[in-house]
Amino acid sequence: MIKQPLWPRLRKRFVLHLDPVLLAAIGLLMLTSLVILFSASDGDWGRVLKQGGNMLVALVILWLMANMPLHYLMRTALPLYLLGMLLLIGVALFGEISHGARRWLNIGVTTIQPSELMKIAVPLMMAWYFEKNEATLTLKNYFVAALLLLLPVALIARQPDLGTAVLISASGFYVLFLAGLSWRVMLAMLVAGLGSLPVLWSMLHDYQRHRVMMLLDPEQDALGKGYHTIQGMIAVGSGGVLGKGYMYGTQAHLDFLPERTTDFIFAVYSEEFGLLGNLLLLAMYLFVIGRGFVITANASTYFTRLMAGSITLTFFTYAFVNMGMVSGILPVVGVPLPLVSYGGTSMVTLLLGFGMLMSIHTHKKLVQT
Amino acid sequence: MNYASSIKTAGLVALPPWRSRVLFGVLLLCLFGLTVRAVYLQGIHNDFLQQKGDARYSRVVDINAHRGMITDRHGDPLAVSTPVESIWVSPQDVEATPQQVKQLAQILGMSSAEVKKRLFDTTRDFTYLKRQLPPEQAEKIVRLGVPGISLHREYRRYYPSAEVAAHLLGFTDVDDNGQEGIELALQEQLGGRSGSQRVIKDRRGHIVEDVASVRAPKPGSDLALSVDSKIQYLAYREIKLAVEQHRAKAGSIVVLDAKSGEVLALANWPSYNPNNRAKPDTRVMRNRAVTDLFEPGSTMKPFTVAAALEAGKVTPRTVINTEGGVLTIGGRKIHDTHPEPFLDVAGVIQKSSNVGAAKIALSLPPQTFWRSLSETGFGAQTGSAFPGEAAGRLRDYKKWLPIEQATMSYGNGISVNLLQLARAYTAFANDGELKGVTLLKQDVPVVGKKIYSEATARAVRDMLEMVVQPGGTAPLAQISGFRVAGKTGTAHKLEGRRYVNRYIASFVGLAPASNPRLIVAVMVDEPAGAEYYGGQVAAPVFSNVMGSALRLLNVPHDAPLDNVLMPPADIIKEEA
Repeated sequence: MIKQPLWPRLRKRFVLHLDPVLLAAIGLLMLTSLVILFSASDGDWGRVLKQGGNMLVALVILWLMANMPLHYLMRTALPLYLLGMLLLIGVALFGEISHGARRWLNIGVTTIQPSELMKIAVPLMMAWYFEKNEATLTLKNYFVAALLLLLPVALIARQPDLGTAVLISASGFYVLFLAGLSWRVMLAMLVAGLGSLPVLWSMLHDYQRHRVMMLLDPEQDALGKGYHTIQGMIAVGSGGVLGKGYMYGTQAHLDFLPERTTDFIFAVYSEEFGLLGNLLLLAMYLFVIGRGFVITANASTYFTRLMAGSITLTFFTYAFVNMGMVSGILPVVGVPLPLVSYGGTSMVTLLLGFGMLMSIHTHKKLVQT
Repeated sequence: MNYASSIKTAGLVALPPWRSRVLFGVLLLCLFGLTVRAVYLQGIHNDFLQQKGDARYSRVVDINAHRGMITDRHGDPLAVSTPVESIWVSPQDVEATPQQVKQLAQILGMSSAEVKKRLFDTTRDFTYLKRQLPPEQAEKIVRLGVPGISLHREYRRYYPSAEVAAHLLGFTDVDDNGQEGIELALQEQLGGRSGSQRVIKDRRGHIVEDVASVRAPKPGSDLALSVDSKIQYLAYREIKLAVEQHRAKAGSIVVLDAKSGEVLALANWPSYNPNNRAKPDTRVMRNRAVTDLFEPGSTMKPFTVAAALEAGKVTPRTVINTEGGVLTIGGRKIHDTHPEPFLDVAGVIQKSSNVGAAKIALSLPPQTFWRSLSETGFGAQTGSAFPGEAAGRLRDYKKWLPIEQATMSYGNGISVNLLQLARAYTAFANDGELKGVTLLKQDVPVVGKKIYSEATARAVRDMLEMVVQPGGTAPLAQISGFRVAGKTGTAHKLEGRRYVNRYIASFVGLAPASNPRLIVAVMVDEPAGAEYYGGQVAAPVFSNVMGSALRLLNVPHDAPLDNVLMPPADIIKEEA
């Protein structure tokens, strides 16, 4: 074999499995994140650098995932899921309580949040399950898959962590939907879901109920429970069409906005860049989602199609729930703005998903199935 | 049933087209929803929300104006404003550890419980933790860095002379508004106008940035009083001493510039320290020299005589039959303390004969006597503009009975305040020209009102000089090196409608008699010792204050230094 020149070899080694289109879109959102984070943290370079570090770590993981052949990926599904469940049960039993919720598990070296792992593990497991039973899918399989979804969701909702529970439910539901769950069954589920709303309502924690109530009328307790919603709406609205300008958002810089580098960073962005900025941001997300759909459409196996679709739609759900919450059309649940909010865990989870997308896209070309 | 079979027949695992369409539909609906929401919030509803956003951080705050300084006539400060900080709390925002509460209490000198109560009183948006703290103490509190606690710049009034000029100056309340005295009378000039400023505040009310001065504060003007702080101190010291020595209820003293009517000193005892925020009762706070009325007694006699001289009814040499010291009018008797069969007009003044004064007064038509007293300023405010000044009572002559006209001649049945009485003597000092009184420094000569002829004024002055001679009622009023003219008064106090055996001892005098520079009026209320005559109680105060003041002002002597001649026996007494 003739030794190839260095560059093509490097290229093959490092770039081959990356999807440049998706990577560019992600990179653009990350850049936006760093820019707005600098403003939201009042010019705290430390925060920006830390977020940059998070991104680098996440990008390495993305690269690793992108280079992982699909059959490896499939093989990890069951162990990953079981590990996740084990950790979730561990959290329920020995978890650390912080801010009134039991979400973290101390594993000696560090504390981890197993629900984050489940964001990937649950759809992976379900997709794997459907793939395994592809030839003989019956209604029973859908029930089993639903059970695979509901068990971890119930554990997470109990922590309580409504945001993550909602996101995982969504990702699992997308798998079910894409796997071809009967329309009639879905309709029945919807009816059952609506019917069980009062029951669910009584099961919700007080603070969760308040958040829903506040959505309906945030002004009734402007200093208390409606505070987040009102301050967010004011920040978004006072941005106007063109925004107040970079670093000039008053709601954010004067400390009125809560969680302004994490869950409410969209409010900072909106206040400073206005309606035009928002449309631009939406366009960026739309682009990522669109690329995700292209990859889904071109996916070669049942498993990869389910996985790619779920990842893409979950990403969309992330963005929609966060923006909806900040602009006051959805209740306040702890969902970060994907790729923009400060925080390492969600960054890693998201890029891990995108890594899978890239792997799905690029390995298909190499290994014809 | 094989749910996936229908899908798989289309090729590999492909979704039915309607499923993708529903998916895209839902997705676009969501995006559309977000966009509509953004357009609504940012494009349509944004005015309201922007305004709300502005209201959250942009506020207009008051800037207190610096209160004008009050100085004496030489520029020495009598009342100055120093910057202080008031600590206010927004209980909704307070986050304080028990440790911090303890530290706050320690710095503020309050109990932890009290501090806690104020910090966590969430029923209120705003409350003062402590007002008017020295800047260094406020600095300590800022350094604690407790959220929800802020400073507000204020000014606190400081009175260097403390008790000495308390009644004259008055004081301000915690909001820097004048409450008494000059502080109240001239609030308008002193107070200035507070300004306001638009500022950016953060959620906790901390001022982050000053945006613009909406209105600059207009500082109050400085005021120069006519008071001479050295003479003021002298006057205060002497009246306090006299009241204490004679165990009297109270005492007042007024020093006027005889030429201009400027008040050089005005003091009372009991007094209080205006720097002390806890104010005593009104008994102590009253500026008696201006707000309290008393029956002047014999210090009125010179005005009776002047009226008669002006009317041409008598001359200084006219001899009056003093009836051996008793005169009955309308069934009531007038007594002299030292009965004499006959006295000339000058003798009536010197010996302070009530019978003589009554006879002189009765020689005048009521209207003439009334007009003369009225022109001298009795029964009307002096125009000092001092808050709460009493006008005094001079009844309408149409209603006078002869006995009333008679007693008025020696200062019964008429009431005055001490400032009014002192001012009336400017007519004698200025050859018949009555000067207005003022508390503000005058830079141009003051034109008065001519009420007596020069001859009358000089004649009365000469008679008043005899009062302090041996044989007069007030030899103790003499001053080494200066000729003194003055009149004693010892009035029974009225209780209800009856005169009782408690007295007001007074002395009003001017010096140097050859060319009067100062008028000093002294009044001691209810001296409780063996001595209660004006010549015993008030005259020495006059002598000390007038003598020291003349020397302070470098007034040239008009008499040899050994001019003081004391009578061998007891000084001559008078009652009324």
